Amino acid sequence: MTGTLDRREVVARLLERRGEALVVSGLGAATYDVAAAGDSPRNFYLWGAMGGAASLACGLALARPEVAVVAFTGAGEMLMGLGSFATIGRQAPVNLTIVVLDNGRYGETGAQESHTSAGKGATDLAAVARACGIAQVTRVTSREELADIAADFPRRTDGPHVGVVAIAPTAHPRLVPLRDGAHGRARMRVALGLPAD
Amino acid sequence: MSACAETAAAALSQSWPDQIFDVLESFAVRLVPYVPDGGHERLIARVNASASMRGIPLTSEEEGIALSAGAWLGGEPAVMLMQSSGVGNCINMLSLTRICRFPLLVLVTMRGEWGEFNPWQVPMGSAVEAAFGLMDVECLRADRPEEVEETVRHAATMAFGGGSAVAVLLSQRLIGAKVFAAKEDAR
Repeated sequence: MTGTLDRREVVARLLERRGEALVVSGLGAATYDVAAAGDSPRNFYLWGAMGGAASLACGLALARPEVAVVAFTGAGEMLMGLGSFATIGRQAPVNLTIVVLDNGRYGETGAQESHTSAGKGATDLAAVARACGIAQVTRVTSREELADIAADFPRRTDGPHVGVVAIAPTAHPRLVPLRDGAHGRARMRVALGLPAD
Repeated sequence: MSACAETAAAALSQSWPDQIFDVLESFAVRLVPYVPDGGHERLIARVNASASMRGIPLTSEEEGIALSAGAWLGGEPAVMLMQSSGVGNCINMLSLTRICRFPLLVLVTMRGEWGEFNPWQVPMGSAVEAAFGLMDVECLRADRPEEVEETVRHAATMAFGGGSAVAVLLSQRLIGAKVFAAKEDAR
């Protein structure tokens, strides 16, 4: 599902009032987008482990039910971890939101079309999430719809939420946020008042 | 062996999953992601009946690697249950465990190694230790009922005390081979 929204603007807008939310980013552009919106010890950047962003966020949400947990990831990454929608639907962590940035492309590898690109047999990730029993699913294609979900984002209750955002297939400069995974997990744990290891 | 000892041994051959459950309780484990296996049937039932634990069925084992990492990031030790054939599904996701040095405890029921009737279980079953080894997951093995409790306890200490990634392989000799209807004599 290719759209017109700018991915950096979408992520920055959604994180404007993030408060204490814990943010997980899927590998590639989603990680750069989250970092571009501002680094925080409450950000956990994935640089690999493709298909794992939603599951990791689900585990985090189940462990910390009092905190809003948000995963930002790309459509290709989500397709690789499609089964995690089924698990999230079953477990239904009310504090979990998954934002899928969908440009119908594998932007990191040469902009090849993904299964979500428009056309015959296109996968509709919002419909998949809904069919997996996920309580709140929103499709965002315009600034107005973005403003609607940004108004009460991130939510700590009545989830899980999945937002599928149609973004433009525009490439932005790659940033280099924290790549040291052990440091990333230590700083998030410390931010949560836990021992680093 | 005295009659009394024989009775105790027979009981233990069935009740080792209860001992695993007790170890998990003693480590205050609340989250137990799993892909079902017959060898884990009793433990899964105990977990799902427990007020303090949450069994989390997965669609694939790699989900559980990521979910367990997230749980620990949030301060909860998770213990994952799977069958040997699921180990291969975890390989790339274990880069998350390794690069971030997340603790990990996986309890693997083994197939394809002791009286296995289904030859399709053998290829992955025989590659389990090598597959874990490729991704720096330590393997401990329990072959007999009396080894289970201490093996799982020491593995949990390595994982949640020491921060290691550890798998306990619960052998097919311990669990027993799955029973199939006898193959017809083809002579």
